[in-house]
Amino acid sequence: MTAAIAYSARDAVVARITLMPGRRFLTFAIAGLLSAMLGAAQLPTAGAEGYDPWPGLVQDIFNNRPMNDGSDIIGIEMPYRAEDAAIVPVTLRNKLSGDDSRHVVAITLVIDQNPAPMAAKFALGSDAHVSEISTRVRVNNYTDVHAVAELSDGQLYVVKTFVKASGGCSAPAAKNPEEADNHLGQMKFRQFARAEGRADGAREAQIMIGHPNNSGLQMDQVTQLYIPAFFIDQLKLWQDDSLVLSMEGGISISEDPNLRFTYVSNGAKTFRAEARDTSGHVFKNEWKIDAGI
Amino acid sequence: MFRRLRSLLTLILLCAPAGANAQPPRLPESEPALPVSEIAPAVFVHIGATALMTRENEGAIANVGFIVGDDAVAVIDTGGSMREGRALLAAIRSHTDKPVRYVINTHAHPDHVFGNAAFAADGTIFVGHKNLPRALATHGPFYVDNFRRIMGSELIDEVRLILPTLLVDDTQQLDLGARTLTLRAWPAAHSDSDLTVMDAKSGTLFAGDLVFLSHIPVLDGSLRGFLAALDKLAALPAQRVVPGHGPVSPWPGALADERRYLETLASDMRIAVARGDTITAAAATAAASERSRWLLFEDYNARNATAAFSQIEWE
Repeated sequence: MTAAIAYSARDAVVARITLMPGRRFLTFAIAGLLSAMLGAAQLPTAGAEGYDPWPGLVQDIFNNRPMNDGSDIIGIEMPYRAEDAAIVPVTLRNKLSGDDSRHVVAITLVIDQNPAPMAAKFALGSDAHVSEISTRVRVNNYTDVHAVAELSDGQLYVVKTFVKASGGCSAPAAKNPEEADNHLGQMKFRQFARAEGRADGAREAQIMIGHPNNSGLQMDQVTQLYIPAFFIDQLKLWQDDSLVLSMEGGISISEDPNLRFTYVSNGAKTFRAEARDTSGHVFKNEWKIDAGI
Repeated sequence: MFRRLRSLLTLILLCAPAGANAQPPRLPESEPALPVSEIAPAVFVHIGATALMTRENEGAIANVGFIVGDDAVAVIDTGGSMREGRALLAAIRSHTDKPVRYVINTHAHPDHVFGNAAFAADGTIFVGHKNLPRALATHGPFYVDNFRRIMGSELIDEVRLILPTLLVDDTQQLDLGARTLTLRAWPAAHSDSDLTVMDAKSGTLFAGDLVFLSHIPVLDGSLRGFLAALDKLAALPAQRVVPGHGPVSPWPGALADERRYLETLASDMRIAVARGDTITAAAATAAASERSRWLLFEDYNARNATAAFSQIEWE
């Protein structure tokens, strides 16, 4: 798969977006970027005030499928005020009871006012019983944040929360781009001690991938060329050969993508991760599962 | 269409989205002079309010200043609005007729650069860290949008982010006529474009936001880099420091409070990471022992902790 916006060195600017069939996610990401930049120029104060992008996002991302109230199905937790615009923690919880005949197939996280609103789509492994996913996102503005769960019966359930943008001198951009480049592709996996009172077999783990997750919105001041978007667009996690969790991600995921999640062990001996970025790098690693935890 | 897109992007990056109904820039003469004090012969400083940038304070929260040589003037940071920039220029003109040859930005934050365009003139050279153009390009548009919301269009629509043309990679000397300033670019610390200015003649160090006093330190770069910079800063042969925020103070004693805060933050976050705390829980309790020692603690501490935690996780 290739996706690139290439700008010629001369004044003429050529946009080339090549997408494999089925890569709708990236189409939305790129289209969102372009329209956001155009919109920003025309409406410099456009923000949460007065315009609700959600109906349009339901159409673009979910094909206008009906949205059911998801308050009994999933939970979303974010701080009311983003402290650091580049690193805003978000936690998604699966609230379906264990007796329910349905299960959560996927959860899509949408940050309505961001340039690329579709932050991530998490697909949940069928036997991993992922009950909680925490990650970190960029928040550009005052915004609604929606989480949409797709259940095994094909229905969509939505919940939302509201986040105030951080104060003035925090921006959803890299603090230290050299450092981000230094640990490009490094992965860290961590298993946490089992919390008291967890359901049988539930484990908590964290995966981190060093990556600038660059939005591509900035112009290189030296070359006057636009820096292409460069981000992790796919991450898959398995216990042995059984999928625990996968993520299709975009530029709203913070630099150094970081997932902390709970899952149920299937007795596997190894935990594997594979990530891919928009430049075609593939990062793989595996770790021995510490059965003592 | 894409030519149009590019020109629009350029507009955004240069922060020039002044609407058709924007106020025409007021002439410098119309701005009352910013109050400054002469802290050493020919070294003038305006001490900013210890506050967030608001419509009421017109963004005048950072320390800004100027140094006068035999031939020319160097301005060090320009304030948080064009109005403050023009007031600083009026203050300069009330003390000297010499030309402003250099405008030095100590980093990319809005309270230090939003007044830049008040000094845009033939023969004025804008000076910054080699990373400053990138920092202004990637962060500047967000600052402008954020502060338009906070401070209002009247103050912000006229802001232009002027990029430096003289870039400092390591050190750079600027001659003002019988007075040489030594500029030094730092690895990522408070931000990734920190630049200090040493005036050897008066023994004055303009430290930008590498030094905070009273105002809680702000971490928008690298915690480890910030701590490493403190040792090197302490060795600079200055008698006094003009911090980015807080009073002019003796050197290097002025570093003690900031060092204690940053070390406490690092230590608390290392413990939290090791214990397996979530980033949210860690940010809520970080550096609690420092709460009573700083102004604006509630405004910045959780943000500092969030950044620190995400960096320490990689250690």
